[in-house]
Amino acid sequence: MELLWILIKILIVFAVVMLHVMYATYFERKVIGHMQVRMGPMRVGPHGILQPIADGLKLFFKEDIMPTVADKKVFYAAPLICLISALSAVAVIPFFEGFAIANINIGILYIFAMSSLASYGVVLAGWSSNSKYSFLGGLRSSAQVISYEIAMGLSLVGVMMLSGSLNLTDIVHAQMKSPFKIYLIPQIIGFFVFVIAMFAETNRTPFDLPEAESELVAGYCTEYSGMRFALFFMAEYIGMIVMSCLAVVCFLGGWSGPFDVPGIPFFWFLIKVYFFIFVYYWVRATLPRYRYDQLMALGWKVLIPLALFNIVLTGTIKSMFG
Amino acid sequence: MQENKAESKEIVREEMAYEPYTIAMGPQHPATHGVLKLDLELDGETILNCTPTVGFLHRGVEKLAENLSYAQTLPLTDRLDYIASMANNVAYSIAVEKLLGIEVPMRAKYIRTIVMEMARLTGHLLWLATHALDIGAMTVFLYCFRERENLLDMFEEICGARLTTSYTCVGGVRQDVTGHFLESLHAFTEDFPSKIAEYETLIDKNRIWLKRTQGVGVVSAEDAVSLGLTGPTLRGSGVDYDVRKHMPYDAYPYVDFEVPIGSKGDVYDRYRCRMEEMHQSNSIIRQCIEALPKGPICAPDAPDLVMPYGVQKKVAADATFASGVIKLMRDNEHYIDGDVYVSAEVPKGELGFYFVSDGRGVPYRMHIRSPSYIHIGALPFMCKGQMVADVIAIIGSVDVVLGECDR
Repeated sequence: MELLWILIKILIVFAVVMLHVMYATYFERKVIGHMQVRMGPMRVGPHGILQPIADGLKLFFKEDIMPTVADKKVFYAAPLICLISALSAVAVIPFFEGFAIANINIGILYIFAMSSLASYGVVLAGWSSNSKYSFLGGLRSSAQVISYEIAMGLSLVGVMMLSGSLNLTDIVHAQMKSPFKIYLIPQIIGFFVFVIAMFAETNRTPFDLPEAESELVAGYCTEYSGMRFALFFMAEYIGMIVMSCLAVVCFLGGWSGPFDVPGIPFFWFLIKVYFFIFVYYWVRATLPRYRYDQLMALGWKVLIPLALFNIVLTGTIKSMFG
Repeated sequence: MQENKAESKEIVREEMAYEPYTIAMGPQHPATHGVLKLDLELDGETILNCTPTVGFLHRGVEKLAENLSYAQTLPLTDRLDYIASMANNVAYSIAVEKLLGIEVPMRAKYIRTIVMEMARLTGHLLWLATHALDIGAMTVFLYCFRERENLLDMFEEICGARLTTSYTCVGGVRQDVTGHFLESLHAFTEDFPSKIAEYETLIDKNRIWLKRTQGVGVVSAEDAVSLGLTGPTLRGSGVDYDVRKHMPYDAYPYVDFEVPIGSKGDVYDRYRCRMEEMHQSNSIIRQCIEALPKGPICAPDAPDLVMPYGVQKKVAADATFASGVIKLMRDNEHYIDGDVYVSAEVPKGELGFYFVSDGRGVPYRMHIRSPSYIHIGALPFMCKGQMVADVIAIIGSVDVVLGECDR
């Protein structure tokens, strides 16, 4: 019975996340379109509302092309590694009070582990394609993820210190009891570092170097087509959603809000996550792209020292005021 | 046994020998603006060597011109810098006029200056759009196209074509401009400075943009001159050279404008030069609209083929193709025997036409000094020691178009 309940939960979360991924692409095109004085998709259904379905069908029925020199097994496995690890990370996220597929006490670490695993997919895709652009994309990605993983981990240490837990549900509970109700104010430096690292971690503008289309054609997924390309695409969007969820849980008080919305326990959670996803699109429409060495310099010389300073500051304040 | 082992170790070391990573960037690559191919030798992400390969878009314009009359070659010049074909038309026309000794009426001169500056705006708008897109700022791209679209619509109004205009002819322009065109152009020039400010809010002070452009692809003034750079690419390095100022043609002596100059010669300075040039072009257009004189639009003695003005020419145009005008034109023996080089300032730089004439109605040899070809030659110099991402920024900042380079 327990097992059945978990399976049903997984199914619900999976369906909801996949639906969000589909419509995240639609809203990205719409939001960026309107920012760029154009309409975005308008043809498929009213205001292009069925566009994601058309895209999905198109990608599904496209020919699956593989370079003859590619390392077949790895080439097949790489997008799956990306997608599965991105999806697995969703398991520990508490969407509302008492609803998480796995309420484990190392939730944050688990999400880090999964997002690091996803970078294996990228590196292996770059390597197995046996294409020079893919290879450079894979290299860039591995360097980027290693640098920003550290900054991201350190930026969350402050949250862990304040809440005294790695369990995401407990972190939300701790925030509700804290004087400001959210950790955004006491952890503003941590939040700043986390948001920047979040963009880098999900390979989004201005850190989309691994797939910089003007330099590396399409980076690590240059040689992928059809459904395999779609898997990378989905993994990227799931990654965005997971990172937004993590930011909401750790800094913005999770599902808690200024007032309770009866009947919809996840109302505030969704609003906050949508806000972050909107910020992703907004930044993409606004900013140019960093150069590889500048990205490294920003990560190692600015973000990591800032995050370390934040830890020291948090520790000092905590030990002084209890 | 021992020796064998030592040998095999050495072989392994030899196989592991250092070798640069080569990448063929292009001819099909999203950021090379056409069919430019760059063979990059990389050490990590640093460029050790960069070898441009050109010629993928070669159509033999120079050779074709040897079998076509002077008026027939004009449409081919549309296909040089197809982003700003008006400017090529003007450059070609003034060169032929110099060769034939034709004086263009004032009204035509002013109209040509207007369309030349409009072409500069379309060229610079497309440059800014793609340059920003290459560096990753995608919104600027669409903003620029919005304004470029207005300009192209106006081109369509005066000559019926948006890109391949063939608007000028030897001796003047093909059709007079309408009052509606001048009105809409005037409205455009009033609005345009605010649009430039809009682009600048997105990128001009953006820290990522500054990091990507400042100190990248630096060319000193001496190097820029010795590499043969012209146009904004040269002026970004602080050399004051503009054909419009130093060898004025058409209505440029009568208008008041400044030549923006950079100082450091990096990508950012070249970017600033072009942005300022857009302001200057805008002001030139306004001055020309205000001072536009009345009068004929084509010189009476111009060897016009497409639209014969005089009675005799009209008779000739009614005859069959082979025996009619074209033949008349080719067999004409009154052309100057000699050679002439005339250049004009097009958006990309100095576009020159060199004609050798043996007195017939077709040139003995036509050579095009295309700025893009020379600028591509400067790419290895600029790219050496930079990173892969900088190559994109540098290609964007020298603003090459392959139609002009390969001719």
